Amino acid sequence: MNEEAIKKMIFQLLKRIAPEHDPSTLMPEENIREALNIDSFDALQFIVAISEKLNVDIPEEDYGKTATLKSLLAYLQQKMKS
Amino acid sequence: MISFKMPSLGADMEDGTLVEWRKQPGDQLKRGDIIADVDTQKGLIEIEFFGEGVLEKHLVTEGQKIAVGTDMALIREEGEKVAEAVSEEKTPEADKGKDLTKVQEKQEEASPVAPVRAKEGQRIKISPLARKMAETHHLDISKIGGSGPEGAIVKADIEKSLAEEAPQAAAAKKEKAISETTTEVSTETKPTMPESEAIRKAVAAAMSRSNQDIPHYYLEKRIDFSHAMTWLKAANKERSVKQRLLPVALMVKAVAKALDDIPDLNAVWENGLQRKNEINIGFVVSLRTGGIMVPAILNADTLSVDGIMENLNDLIPRARAFKLRSSELSQSTFTITSIGEGGGDKVFGVIYPPQVGIVGFGEIREEAVVENGMIGIKPVVDVTLAADHRATDGLVGGKFLAALNKYLQNPESL
Repeated sequence: MNEEAIKKMIFQLLKRIAPEHDPSTLMPEENIREALNIDSFDALQFIVAISEKLNVDIPEEDYGKTATLKSLLAYLQQKMKS
Repeated sequence: MISFKMPSLGADMEDGTLVEWRKQPGDQLKRGDIIADVDTQKGLIEIEFFGEGVLEKHLVTEGQKIAVGTDMALIREEGEKVAEAVSEEKTPEADKGKDLTKVQEKQEEASPVAPVRAKEGQRIKISPLARKMAETHHLDISKIGGSGPEGAIVKADIEKSLAEEAPQAAAAKKEKAISETTTEVSTETKPTMPESEAIRKAVAAAMSRSNQDIPHYYLEKRIDFSHAMTWLKAANKERSVKQRLLPVALMVKAVAKALDDIPDLNAVWENGLQRKNEINIGFVVSLRTGGIMVPAILNADTLSVDGIMENLNDLIPRARAFKLRSSELSQSTFTITSIGEGGGDKVFGVIYPPQVGIVGFGEIREEAVVENGMIGIKPVVDVTLAADHRATDGLVGGKFLAALNKYLQNPESL
């Protein structure tokens, strides 16, 4: 899965959690949860969905790396390579 | 014979509209069966029956507005004789004499719009939910066969019709359809989604009543959350991402245990303090469109922390989709509100009547903490209790917060 495809999948998941927002307006370094007003419960569901779709394990100590679009994409690409 | 009444679904609800009978006369009922769907300000609620017996007859019709306490159906308990066969032509009120007529009159007072009757000529019989669904999906109801009572079109018929149409619709909407789940949400919940105004009204009514009737007193305690965080981190290391725990699961369990120690707070105020046997924790879920829902985690004291997390995983999405059961809306004995991350440091709740207390958890954050004459930096959470001063005094509230602190310092004991 290339970066574009991962990004598309992330946007779809975010749209499901916060239907009233357009995730494509997110800035690369903006905090996703703050921008889209996502609570801890939905944040966990988001991580569950990503790990299932991409079949990667995201340990809790890595949650910080999923905060912005830029860091999340970099993290997932590195995860999928390894 | 017992009459099954429309249950109260919380202090802020007076009535609802019967959308669909899920059980028909002659059906065997067992504990926990869902017998009807009722549309309320809080969405489409599944009304459960907690007994054993056979449904004898319906006393209200689909589409009818029913006030809390209205007789909805007659239920023959185990061992009772079968009543004389009831002619189908007879209306319920003519059949059961004066008492029921009164009930019927009351209902009609409450509902200015008379339910649609088959007599009105060629009109197509369709349940309100099915009608809404058909409108949403632009279905021609004259082409749909009804499988409900007297050939009425019900939800299942619309679903069937949608499923048949699905291949074409899916092709047409390909770009819009984001995933299976969103499609499901749009067909299932949108038609019954109460307007945010209705939710606002329900919250306004309950909170006004609380503020007028209940003399609140407030206590606050800062709780060291470092042990809890360490425990959670270790616990989550061993769990797959799907089974991971959130701090709130630990908080719910600790509150349930503390209520077990201080039973005067697990109670209602109705002609005096009445303690409740079960500890059912109402959990405030905020809706993205505004407003709140407060589903209950039933018997929270008997569940493990994992069990509570499973409950939350089930309840929160259902609350947000307005798909809750009657027991989940009516049985809570105490409430938790949590402001979560990025919100306020602390939250002072307004009691949900007739309960006598609400506990509020602020954001977990790092603060300078003095311990044994030393200053250290630790994660803390500010916990508040708002309680009914008619029911308890500050001493009881203080004991509750002390008990809660004790449990959160020993998360392994939960």
